Amino acid sequence: MVELRGVHKSFGALEVLRGIDLTVRAGEVTVLLGPSGSGKSTLLRAINHLEKVDRGFVRVDGELIGYRRAGRKLHELPERRILAQRSRIGFVFQNFNLFPHLTVLENVTEAPVSAQGRDRAEVRAAGLALLDRVGLTDFAGQYPRRLSGGQQQRVAIARALALRPALLLFDEPTSALDPELVGEVLDVMRDLARSGTTMVVVTHEIGFAREAADTVVFLDEGRIVEQGPPAQVLDDPREARTRAFLSAVLH
Amino acid sequence: MSELTAAPRTGGDAPAHDPPDADLTIVPSRHPWRRVATAVVAVLAAMAVNALVTNPAWDWPTVGQYLFAPSIVRAVLLTLQLTVLGIVVGFLLGTVLAVMRLSANPLLRSVSWTYIWIFRSVPLILQLLFWYNLALLYRSISFGIPFGPAFFEIGTMDLVSPLTAAVLGLALHQAAYAAEVVRSGFLGVDQGQLEAAAALGIPQWRRFRRIQLPQAMRTIVPTAANELIGLVKGTSVVYIMALSELFYQVQVIYTRTGRVIPMLLVAAVWYLVLTTVLSIGQFYVERYYAKGALRTLPPTPLQRLRATIGGLRARVAS
Repeated sequence: MVELRGVHKSFGALEVLRGIDLTVRAGEVTVLLGPSGSGKSTLLRAINHLEKVDRGFVRVDGELIGYRRAGRKLHELPERRILAQRSRIGFVFQNFNLFPHLTVLENVTEAPVSAQGRDRAEVRAAGLALLDRVGLTDFAGQYPRRLSGGQQQRVAIARALALRPALLLFDEPTSALDPELVGEVLDVMRDLARSGTTMVVVTHEIGFAREAADTVVFLDEGRIVEQGPPAQVLDDPREARTRAFLSAVLH
Repeated sequence: MSELTAAPRTGGDAPAHDPPDADLTIVPSRHPWRRVATAVVAVLAAMAVNALVTNPAWDWPTVGQYLFAPSIVRAVLLTLQLTVLGIVVGFLLGTVLAVMRLSANPLLRSVSWTYIWIFRSVPLILQLLFWYNLALLYRSISFGIPFGPAFFEIGTMDLVSPLTAAVLGLALHQAAYAAEVVRSGFLGVDQGQLEAAAALGIPQWRRFRRIQLPQAMRTIVPTAANELIGLVKGTSVVYIMALSELFYQVQVIYTRTGRVIPMLLVAAVWYLVLTTVLSIGQFYVERYYAKGALRTLPPTPLQRLRATIGGLRARVAS
């Protein structure tokens, strides 16, 4: 489903990703863990080409993201093609990034109409159904600023789902929330995980990882340190660095 | 009452005389100086009105006589025409310049920078005279392939009439300022908004129009309205090109009739009316773009008036 091969990325002199190889199978939930600065957010953003990689490539559903291969060369695709690829990959941001001047429903229906050219009435009905799924039907006509952080993040998830994505990416979706609002967002995500959506999640919520993840990947200094099922990585980590990180997070 | 509160020592006021807590009334603190200031300002205002009304030198009857004279109304319309063309062309070109200035292409960036540098540095009156005298610089203007053959040629005098020169001068000067106004608006839009739009795959042009521009407008509108009001009055400098806009027209009339002060007042009244209309427009445009940015929109003056009348009625009825 998702395939990263030899991905390198630097910001100036700082090498953030140093050769990442990762495979995510369809229908699975992968949780990326790691200390801040370990490159996990950059890795996630590389998957939908929000971050251009310096070396290596990303494939989603067998299709190269952001590039076209000709012989031994990768040519960057025109913006239009990249946007089309992105519209099949949902992305949920830490800071929600809802459009403040559009209503909740307009936030959800904007991209399916303008990026996928779907029928307005059909998208509207689908949008209302999605808002119902995240429990926010009553807020359809409201502007995002009137909603709590947890509600805003649920709208952002509905907005990502409206594109009927094959893959959902979450970049620390609960880090900007007050502690009592984290639960409602995780509930929605757990629900998605159970329904068989392919998800890659960057988070510090170890509880969510243990419960919902099929694979936990631990990153440090731009490399994958270890990966495996949550029971193994979280409860019986092989690497010292993983153990140190987990004990710092859990205590 | 807590034990910390000392009982008053003077007299024999026993706590028993204090009213129960629920009956306490609040007395707002007095502001004696505020009242003095109000009185002083009221007197000064009365003096100002008195000086305006009673001094016959202002010659209000003449003002009234000329305010709606056909030549004045025509001049007001020309002033409006210059303003509208200047601001529309100015902001269209200004938006292009702002986009160029924000682009990744260094040539586009530096061309935009140079344009803004030149057109902001040279006084407007000088620029207007350049355009007015364009025929002295280039006798004819030809259209064709750059550096190649020309398809047709037009005499500069025929192409650039005084009106065109005025519009050109005002618009090109305005564009330099508009570019910076628009640019500041775009810089104010949160980077996350563009990222979210890109992640959703929203096409570039749609992203600009639907996501970026409406949010940038919140910062652009107040400054743009400032520019617009500045331009309404700025059009008065084209009087040097003998275009019969408002300021030129009142000068024509007072050199003939000798009534300088009342004619200047006529112009002042019209400028005041035009900017008032624009300020009201600004209020509603700002309100429109505040959608979603404020939790509740402030009431319009009309709504406020209705609420006040409603409140008064309720008080009378009770």
